Amino acid sequence: MNKGVAITGMGIISSIGNSVEENYISLIENKIGVTRIENISTVHANIIKVGEIKKTNDELVNELKLTEDNNFSRTAMIGTIAAKQAVENAGITSINEFRTGLISATSVGGMDMTEKHYYDYFTHPELVKYITCHDGGDVADKIAEELGLKGIVTTISTACSSAANAIMLGARLIKTGKLDRVIVGGTDGLAKFTINGFKTLMILSDDYNKPFDNNRKGLNLGEAAAYLVLESDEVVAKQNKKVLARVSGYGNANDAFHQTASSENGDGAYLAMKKAFEVSGLKPSQIDYINVHGTATPNNDLSEGRAIKRIYEDEKVPDFSSTKPFTGHTLAAAAAIEAVYSVLAIQNSVVYPNLNFETPMEEFDLKPQTSLKNKNIEHVLSNSFGFGGNCSTLIFSKCN
Amino acid sequence: MQLKKTYINGIGCISTQKTFDTVFLEEAVHNHDENVLKIVPPIYKDFISPAAARRMAKGVKNGIVASAIAMKDANIENVDAIITGTGLGCIEDSEKFLKNILDNNEEFLTPTSFIQSTHNTVGAQIALLQQCKGYNFTYVNGAVSFESALIDAKMQIEEDEAQSVLVGGVDENGDYTTALFKLSGRIKPDNQQPYNLLDSDTSGAVYGEGASFFVLENERKKTTYAEILDVTILNTLEENEVEAETLSFLKANNLEISDIDALVLGFDGNVDFENYYRNLGENSFANTPQLYYKHLSGEYDTASAFALWMAAKVLKTQEIPEIIKVNSVEKLAYKTILLYNQLNGKNHSFTLISK
Amino acid sequence: MEALKEELKNKIITTLNLEDIAIEDIADNDPLFGDGLGLDSIDALELIVILDKDYGIKLVDPKEGKTIFQSIESMAAYISANRTK
Repeated sequence: MNKGVAITGMGIISSIGNSVEENYISLIENKIGVTRIENISTVHANIIKVGEIKKTNDELVNELKLTEDNNFSRTAMIGTIAAKQAVENAGITSINEFRTGLISATSVGGMDMTEKHYYDYFTHPELVKYITCHDGGDVADKIAEELGLKGIVTTISTACSSAANAIMLGARLIKTGKLDRVIVGGTDGLAKFTINGFKTLMILSDDYNKPFDNNRKGLNLGEAAAYLVLESDEVVAKQNKKVLARVSGYGNANDAFHQTASSENGDGAYLAMKKAFEVSGLKPSQIDYINVHGTATPNNDLSEGRAIKRIYEDEKVPDFSSTKPFTGHTLAAAAAIEAVYSVLAIQNSVVYPNLNFETPMEEFDLKPQTSLKNKNIEHVLSNSFGFGGNCSTLIFSKCN
Repeated sequence: MQLKKTYINGIGCISTQKTFDTVFLEEAVHNHDENVLKIVPPIYKDFISPAAARRMAKGVKNGIVASAIAMKDANIENVDAIITGTGLGCIEDSEKFLKNILDNNEEFLTPTSFIQSTHNTVGAQIALLQQCKGYNFTYVNGAVSFESALIDAKMQIEEDEAQSVLVGGVDENGDYTTALFKLSGRIKPDNQQPYNLLDSDTSGAVYGEGASFFVLENERKKTTYAEILDVTILNTLEENEVEAETLSFLKANNLEISDIDALVLGFDGNVDFENYYRNLGENSFANTPQLYYKHLSGEYDTASAFALWMAAKVLKTQEIPEIIKVNSVEKLAYKTILLYNQLNGKNHSFTLISK
Repeated sequence: MEALKEELKNKIITTLNLEDIAIEDIADNDPLFGDGLGLDSIDALELIVILDKDYGIKLVDPKEGKTIFQSIESMAAYISANRTK
């Protein structure tokens, strides 16, 4: 088996907690973050439920001690909070000491500011500073600046698989020796833009999302940011670092089927998982827990379920669950927060419950784990799929 | 294991010049009059059926045409991976969807422009048309969006994860965003003609749009333009650090200043940041042929993909059109070219190619 | 009813950007999806908005569209029976 790339730090902020510890406690105590929306005024406020971080932008500005003239979008602020936690957790004190990179992911970028001020820019000179924060890359630039990181900084935006791809690129950069250390993850704040976008696709549920349930009605959107620190074995050895877990497998494939929908048989998902197994050298039967993408849209869960069935053929599908009933679907950040949850599952020997599940889907005999389960976990597989047929799989393994 | 080498075997470019059915910039127009340049459109129907094109954004269509030209140029039917860079994605559709949200108070919205506004829509649509189920990434990081894609593509080939990769940079202008960029000073103000790039004394840039795609493969073929030796990106550099950084980049590739036959610089007429280029051009590389391009392509996040298209052409034709020369230094043969770009002092990139 | 059908054909052509299709090309009973006009699931979402915006009919489940949008004939019949504006 391939040894994988060491994870030495994690940071997260989501609707179920402002730190790794808070998120873990929520996961094992069934504390969900999906509620009515408070920070954005929208006509859909009484219909939709969202996984919202209950902090206003002003509170985030204060927490980060930003100056009055800052032009941080919400996405950049929560991203900075999570990235700083990750760097601290990894015990990094001198950020440019080794060749260090930042690979971030976002889909909305600074859209929250653009949509708030769109027509006011021409009449309110004090708002003009927010124009440049619209760019997807502005978020990574800001995080890099806050961390004092000067080297390779880039951003991946492949819709809902973005952060998985950021983690994948980071792992490849370490493996090929191009970097010694890399901060990888994603961030997306809630925005009217995405709320209405998903509404037009008619895949937002008015109820709590129920992944892999026969009566599932769609997803709840959420906001979150999570970053992980990956380091080369040389740096780990040199600094005697504690390794939390390893990124042992990854794969990306395209469904090449439809702009937004997944194919009937989950071709892209199947290929992504297959590739991840190839990279890791693991067999499907070695996986102890699958953190499914499980958005609870009729299309995703059917397609993903079929792809999993194809991977496991006649074998038993391992325990699986979607954590999106806790957090909502946090788009470009989803794979990063689920990476943190995967590492926590390995560290604490737990499988999280797939909340809200009642009725198995009629198309196949897959039933998610519905209550918290304690068991030894060596390997976790985590799926993330996005628009444009973008399918990604990551495998995390215990560091023995 | 010997790392595989990366060759540019096909190129396709839709830009603010005639770059899709010409030899090499012989019909190019030196812009002095406009602060925002529009693309010269190809005949889309020759490449995309009207039924398929009906929902496509401008950037998607340009990306598809540029990639089709590159594939044809490389004489291949399919690739193993598609990697795209874009600063703002299909910004016209983002504008349209946002305007509808605000103007209609979040009612009666349709999904088409929302779907198009997703950054990876260009790469996804190319994959859909080509039925390419391989690796598909999209980078969005300002002026290094394209170089990020290039670094990834090179790594895919070096590690033998892909034999062929379609890689490109694409951006489009949107009317409202253009107005906002003028307001924020990113684009030069109206009515300040002539908009000269090399002796400018004003802030902001002349903007443009375009799509440049490249077929990269792990073997040299008849169609080969160049080998990509190295690409690197840096988030932050001070003006006085550029020269040392450039030299250490060359050194890492066992090259000296005298090995560089042409230096392509990203001059965009922004007086506030032109020293990044000027320092290099007037010191270490004073005796090197220097080229520029943003007076033809305009500035945009992935304008450096146009520069790579241009540099690849120089290596193949062994000619430097007058219109892109910064100085009058010439070389008998053009073997190795270095490209350096940044935007507003951020997101620096160095790309090294050789014949 | 004839006027409504004509109106729908016009709307479909403009909203869905079917630039090389004329009203005469769409027969009342031609299937709109699949082999007929070749519309897809995203077009169906666009048609749902036409129902809402122009005729005051709100569909909650996109699956309902399947029978309604079979043809111009079925669409016109459904609108006539359910329109609120």
